[in-house]
Amino acid sequence: MNKNVKSKGYFGLIGLVAAITLGVLILIIGFILVRGIPNISLEFLTDSPRMMGKEGGIFPVIIGTLYVTLVSIIIATPIGVAAAIYFSEYAKKGKLINIIRFFTEVLAGIPSVIFGLFGFAFFVVFLGMGWSVISGGLTLSMMILPTLIRSTEESLKTVPVSYREGSLALGATKWETVKKVVLPCCKSGVLTGLILGIGRAIGETAAVMLTVGGSLKLPVSVFDSTRTMAVHLYTLASEGLSDEKTYATAALLIIIVLIINTLANYISGKLAKE
Amino acid sequence: MKTREKAIEKIILICAAVSTLAVALITIFIFSSGFPVLKSYGVFNFIFGENWRPTGGQYGILPLIAGTLGVTLGALIIGIPTGLGCAVFLAEMLKKRSARLFKAAIELLAGIPSVVYGFFGLAVIVPVIREYILPLVQKINPDASSSGFSVLAGAIILAIMILPTIVSISENSISAVPREFREASLALGADKRETITKVILPAAKSGIFSSIILAMGRAIGETMAVLLITGNMAQIPGSPLDSAATLTGTIAMEMSYATPEHQSALFAIGIILFVIIVILNSIAQAIMRKFGGMTA
Amino acid sequence: MKKKLLTGLLAAAVLVTSLGMAGCGSGGDSKDAAADKGSVVIAGSTSVQPLSEAVAEAYMDSNPDVTVEVQGGGSGQGIKSIEEKIADIGALSREVKDEEKASVADEYVVAKDGVAVVVNKDVKVNDLTLEQIKDIYTGKIANWKEVGGDDKPITVVSREEGSGTRGAFTEITGVLEKDDAGKETDKTTKDALVQPSTGAVKKTVGSTPDSIGYVSLGALDDSVKTVKVEGIEATVDNVLSGDYKIQRPFVYVVNSEMSDTAKAFIEYATGAEGQKIVEENGFIPVN
Repeated sequence: MNKNVKSKGYFGLIGLVAAITLGVLILIIGFILVRGIPNISLEFLTDSPRMMGKEGGIFPVIIGTLYVTLVSIIIATPIGVAAAIYFSEYAKKGKLINIIRFFTEVLAGIPSVIFGLFGFAFFVVFLGMGWSVISGGLTLSMMILPTLIRSTEESLKTVPVSYREGSLALGATKWETVKKVVLPCCKSGVLTGLILGIGRAIGETAAVMLTVGGSLKLPVSVFDSTRTMAVHLYTLASEGLSDEKTYATAALLIIIVLIINTLANYISGKLAKE
Repeated sequence: MKTREKAIEKIILICAAVSTLAVALITIFIFSSGFPVLKSYGVFNFIFGENWRPTGGQYGILPLIAGTLGVTLGALIIGIPTGLGCAVFLAEMLKKRSARLFKAAIELLAGIPSVVYGFFGLAVIVPVIREYILPLVQKINPDASSSGFSVLAGAIILAIMILPTIVSISENSISAVPREFREASLALGADKRETITKVILPAAKSGIFSSIILAMGRAIGETMAVLLITGNMAQIPGSPLDSAATLTGTIAMEMSYATPEHQSALFAIGIILFVIIVILNSIAQAIMRKFGGMTA
Repeated sequence: MKKKLLTGLLAAAVLVTSLGMAGCGSGGDSKDAAADKGSVVIAGSTSVQPLSEAVAEAYMDSNPDVTVEVQGGGSGQGIKSIEEKIADIGALSREVKDEEKASVADEYVVAKDGVAVVVNKDVKVNDLTLEQIKDIYTGKIANWKEVGGDDKPITVVSREEGSGTRGAFTEITGVLEKDDAGKETDKTTKDALVQPSTGAVKKTVGSTPDSIGYVSLGALDDSVKTVKVEGIEATVDNVLSGDYKIQRPFVYVVNSEMSDTAKAFIEYATGAEGQKIVEENGFIPVN
């Protein structure tokens, strides 16, 4: 049976491709974890870098990463959630919504280096914020906004219309309905978007490098410059300062990404069950 | 009460408009910063000039465009068949439970930061190309030489990076093909392979096309991974083993330069990139809207 | 309501972080003069960066109320950042150019540095003339056999346009050509790999067979092989005596609004203690 052989070959090939993809993923993660984890120690996590990161740890870099990420989600979350509410609850079909939606998609597609150029020209220089946590946080919040909006909107859509109708029929206003009935139902959607946004913020390099700077000092105020782990990894990798520190930093980033993805999966899995 | 509701609606509308405002701001700043060079140097000379020597006042970005196109094309050549294979595997061959796991793995691929990909490329792919692939090529063409920093290295890494985009959107649109299509095809005596290649994939083509276009946008826009592994040589690459500079890499690398004209030229590259990406995204959106199907 | 909550949250987060950090940082007593308080931002050349980091570390140890931030970016960034007032001190790994003088109120030479020509360890060549280096970097010489090495194509590694190291290197070797009108053209071959920092060049040369590059003397280590230039070894003594030709100064530049804190830091860097650190880091003290 010629047809049967062809069919077997076809599915065999597809299976092979999928296996290779999985293999590549395991190779990348395994390669970095195997070489990096032995170099992660308590000192590495709690010490300051010395000699530009050649020696010492990455404590200020970890704090800097958390700080920048925190600022970006604090700014982006309320705006993103509100925007999603607008799209799903308030917007009437028409030109305005189409335009807003189009530009939200455009924002999602803009390359990170363009965000970096803009953040540098606008926040760092034009608004005079300098290289700082706040410049980077604002730039990043623009980058993660579309992710947040999309994820929140998807989960808002899953809330049954009858909930809204019931609430409105009981005399609640539209806002009360949104606040007390609709939003509580889609907490996990918002949370998933938030976690994915955090993942993107932590992993971003080009935009952060141009807006946060690269200081190795522990940041105190939001106007201090700092360095995130991704930028630190870039510096270590391109300068070849120390292989151990490079692999250790990369491994730490991978571990964080693994945690974030597992969390997001767990929560969206719960969402699917609801 | 009424005024409060009205006010809240206004606030929410403003929040929704923030992304539009952001795009507007970005456009204004990038265009106004890059425009001077485009004007004085001429758009045609800028795009088709073959020499990128900013310190000598030559701002031809053709080599950078060629570099970006080279790595992007290479990434698509590797990434499209692989991505489609994975999408079909995911949608048609796996049971629900294992499909979830496989999907999580693909999403993980999307979550890995680009600088980690760049580091992996630098530590593994660049030396592999230099030590294993180059000798193979030299058997056919003894004159071939490569430092490993190459279009090929960039293409391989980018292919991995764009896989999640291709897989997830394609898989969505494959899954969205109605059951009746499959059943009718199978009832007519077609086997599973024929059903997939002749019925399901054609029915899902709008989603697949838009996934490819979005993936292309991602490949063109990627910066850090490419910066670390393509060698940043502002010259039109003659073969996949040649080094190349990309639009994004050049911006990230040379932003530190002082002369206002050079900086303006980098912003002008930003304009070109921005325009390319907006066009690609608009096409992808138009395809998806026209043929329905899943959104990204 | 929600907005208020969020604003509060933001404020609380910032407050907590600041307090926490302030708590960590408040060790030791401080002197009361204004110059001993505040922050200094240094931005610019990646060649000067390791030195600035080292001096900053020592300075902050003895002046706990001062914070010194060191940024990279390149020599061009050094000038730009004092123009834009986003840094107090710009760091350059070359002389200040004439067209830049307008934005520079004052300049201080902190150290001298040689630019060492380095090759991959497999390269057999030990000595190159300035002319040969120029020909290699302009692409005239493309094979090691033309300069007495093996029959292997040369992989040229260069710095990015705008780098101070590249500026100094191309000017001294003549890769940078001046025409009669005084217009300068950088003739670096288009076949050069370009790396955006001193360390990146060193790493690339160290790992790429048959390659040549140039790096700061202070950044040298045994991952690459250093070649003699015109028969002279790239050492501190030879740079000081002027025998080693490819050398440049490390310069701190400031704008007209220099703060007392920045001034005190520069005085420290150019003073006895600072110069000792310069020496310890493999650079050449000037005072």
